Amino acid sequence: MVLVYIDHQDNQIKKSTLEAVTYGVALAKQLGTEAHGLVLGNVNDDLAALGAYELKNVYQINDVALAHFDAQVFVKTIAAAATKVGATTLVFSHNQTGKAVCAGVSALLKAGLVTGAIELPKTDAGFVVKKTVFSGKAFANVSIQTAIKIISLSPNSFHTTTGAAATASITPLDIPVSAGHVKVSAVNKTSGEISLTEADIVVSGGRGLKGPENWGILLDLAKELGAATACSRPVGDAHWRPHHEHVGQTGVQVAPNLYIAIGISGAIQHLAGVNRSKTIVVINKDPEAPFFKAADYGIVGDAFEVLPKLTDAIKKMKASA
Amino acid sequence: MKILVCISKTPDTTAKIAFADGGKKFEEAGVQWIINPYDEWYSLVRAIELKEKDPATIIHLVTVGGADAEPIIRKALALGGDEAIRINTDSSDSFYIAAQIAAVAATEKYDIIFTGKETIDYNGASIGGMIAALVDAPYISLATSFLIEGSTATITREIEGGEEVVTVNTPVVVSCQKGVAEQRIPNMRGIMAARTKPLKVLEPAAEEHLTSIESFELPAPKAGVKLVSPDNIDELVRLLHEEAKAI
Ligand SMILES: Cc1cc2nc3c(=O)[nH]c(=O)nc-3n(C[C@H](O)[C@H](O)[C@H](O)COP(=O)(O)OP(=O)(O)OC[C@H]3O[C@@H](n4cnc5c(N)ncnc54)[C@H](O)[C@@H]3O)c2cc1C
Ligand SMILES: Nc1ncnc2c1ncn2[C@@H]1O[C@H](COP(=O)(O)O)[C@@H](O)[C@H]1O
Repeated sequence: MVLVYIDHQDNQIKKSTLEAVTYGVALAKQLGTEAHGLVLGNVNDDLAALGAYELKNVYQINDVALAHFDAQVFVKTIAAAATKVGATTLVFSHNQTGKAVCAGVSALLKAGLVTGAIELPKTDAGFVVKKTVFSGKAFANVSIQTAIKIISLSPNSFHTTTGAAATASITPLDIPVSAGHVKVSAVNKTSGEISLTEADIVVSGGRGLKGPENWGILLDLAKELGAATACSRPVGDAHWRPHHEHVGQTGVQVAPNLYIAIGISGAIQHLAGVNRSKTIVVINKDPEAPFFKAADYGIVGDAFEVLPKLTDAIKKMKASA
Repeated sequence: MKILVCISKTPDTTAKIAFADGGKKFEEAGVQWIINPYDEWYSLVRAIELKEKDPATIIHLVTVGGADAEPIIRKALALGGDEAIRINTDSSDSFYIAAQIAAVAATEKYDIIFTGKETIDYNGASIGGMIAALVDAPYISLATSFLIEGSTATITREIEGGEEVVTVNTPVVVSCQKGVAEQRIPNMRGIMAARTKPLKVLEPAAEEHLTSIESFELPAPKAGVKLVSPDNIDELVRLLHEEAKAI
């Protein structure tokens, strides 16, 4: 059985989880088995509706100790649940929660793990999973040799699909949950912002924008596109933008449908965080900027002139669509 | 307080990524090796800062790697730390590596184990979580700040769309990223002192490999950029809408 970890935040199922569900269902079909979900704690979203993704059943574990995230507690609970329901493959999203728990589950179950998978595994001879390595500059095919296998799926690499309307059954699962040691004392959500790793479109600015006071034109474009915002490392280092927006080899790695780079030169360390984007648009006044080599579309021009025009052109396109 | 800092060796961030043996092996010719940036800039530097505040702090460094990892662990020792351990084995399997480090941790009883958030070559982001599970300690991933008062650590960690602040008593395993410390460069005194600091070489414990890399591939090259005139922005919007189907 394929068991998909149903991750949620603020009582809502994450978009990256739906990708993991779609992946898990496809993998179960490939292996000739069933896909089930596993949710820890309470969710306001209708779990039965996951049936639309062809998930048969969702196991749910409820315990006060699961109200706050504590990796140690979650790892033990997930490992115990996987053993109890007889899961042979576990699927996580390689999002912040997945990164916190999938490795621990792998160690407890001695189940081989591939993180950052981007495709369904090849299972005709063995079990070989393709993942990104060298920060997106290459791929590796990794063979898992253990009976139980764990995959964490890179966000935005597998599109969610729903089948015919169906409902999943919900089965409460009785697993003793140990008390945690971690206390959450504050949560600082950058409210209203679209999460960078989950975003479909990312609009990103570099040193070419000259200073934080000039970010308004970039934010306008992002707003028009419903995009998350990002920046190059020097911009984060100079505190022009919050450091969690810094993308690249040493920052966040993103793989959106569309990445728009404005006033960013395209240093190799920056590209390492964005080169898995489907479409890359570069706006830079220097025709020699290395970023153009990695781009699909480019405008050689001054960001201060191009951005307002681009925002207007998108408005116009939307109005006529 | 006793801190273990996990140090891994990675190709320089500008290294050309190529493969030999029909994609079976990473091409190492001409590659410069560095300390994985997350290990050097964030976990190691933070450990050094903690020792500066409390000189009774002991810092151990550990790397799992063959003799070619020796210059890297020496360089880390030059930055700071009291002694280093190299576990003499090469592997790409995260569980095998984590189990080696957990075996050291089981005898040495560290209060804090720092790892980087991930290595920039294999991008596993797994070793910290595995060590924590193996030594049964709390795991705080993707830390952006780390403070400690007595035995209580206050850690800020990244969550989707923000951060949360948590408190936890040691022992704890923490994976570090940007924010945990400011970057610094080793001084000459440190480099000289490192020559006399102990570097222990241990043979690996008998542990299993759960995975192996079969082959590598490079992504298909981009078709080349389509340039649009800044006086014709509508055309870019049209291309993004109709051709790329991106908006
Ligand atoms: C180990 C290591 C790790 C690193 N990790 C990262 C990382 O994770 N992420 C990252 O981003 N960087 C990283 N860097 C830094 C990286 O090498 C570059 O220095 C950085 O990406 C450059 O940022 P930038 O493009 O914003 O600035 P610059 O290189 O200064 O480029 C600014 C660009 O803006 C253009 N420009 C100027 N004015 C305008 C205008 N009016 N309109 C349009 N364009 C204009 C210029 O032509 C230029 O191309 C790392 C470096 C090292 C050594
Ligand atoms: N071979 C190794 N020896 C020591 N520490 C390692 C090794 N590989 C990875 N680590 C540590 O684990 C972190 C995460 O690595 P990974 O899970 O491989 O992405 C790194 O930043 C290091 O701190």
